[in-house]
Amino acid sequence: MATKKFLYVNRKAPHGTIYALESLEVVLIGAAFEQDVSLAFIDDGVYQLLHNQDTAGIGTKNFSPTYRALGDYEVNKIYVERESLHQRGLSKDDLMPLTWEDEDDDWAEKDSIQVVSSEEMAGIIEQQDVILSF
Amino acid sequence: MAVLHIVNKSPYERNAFNSCLRLASSGAGILLIEDGIYAAQASGSHSAQLDAALEKHSIYALQADIEARGMNDKLNPGVKLVDYDGFVNLTTEFDKVQSWL
Repeated sequence: MATKKFLYVNRKAPHGTIYALESLEVVLIGAAFEQDVSLAFIDDGVYQLLHNQDTAGIGTKNFSPTYRALGDYEVNKIYVERESLHQRGLSKDDLMPLTWEDEDDDWAEKDSIQVVSSEEMAGIIEQQDVILSF
Repeated sequence: MAVLHIVNKSPYERNAFNSCLRLASSGAGILLIEDGIYAAQASGSHSAQLDAALEKHSIYALQADIEARGMNDKLNPGVKLVDYDGFVNLTTEFDKVQSWL
C-alpha cells in the first residue's frame, strides 16, 4: 500500500465537546497503518495542548496526557498555528512538551511541536492527500 | 429582578459571550462554565471586553471547568471562582437564569 499524507485538523477546545478526544483516538488507531501523519491545531484547537489539564472535578476522562504518547507512534509532525495562539494570549510555553526519539539520529529526543504561521499552515494543508477534520 | 446569565461556549468560537454582554443589564451576574471559562482569561483578544464587563457585573467561573482545561494560572483576578455548590447558590440568589446556549 502506498503511503499517503494524512492531516488531522483540530479546531475545537478539549472538554466541552467530544471532537478532541475522538480525533486523538482516530489518530492513534490510524497510526497502526504506517501512513505519513501530521496534526494541525487551529483556532480553539490550540487549547487541547495546554499543560496542567485536570478533569477530576468534571468527572470525565483526562485524555490530555495521551498526546505525549504520539511520539511513540511516530506521530511527530504537530503543527500549531501561531495566529491562533496569539489571539488567545498564549505562546508555545503554555503548551505541554511533546517529543519523539529519532532512531536515525541515535534516538535523540526531538520536539514534535512546530509553531507555524497561517501562510505555512496553508501550505501544509495544501500538501496532503487526505484531510480529516475535527 | 436580577438575572444570572450563564455562558458555556468559548468566546472565540461562538458569539454567546458577546450577546450576553450586549444584553445583560448592569448588576446582572455572569457565570462562565464549560468552554465559557475561556472568556475569563486575563490575556487574549477578549480580555479588554472582560475588563469592561467587570465594571458592570459580578463575573463567576466554575473551578472544575477551569482545572479541566488547564487555565488556573491564566485567569483575570476579577473573576470569582465557584464550585458546584456555589453554582447552585448563585441560581438561588438571583431571581432567574438566562443560559446563552
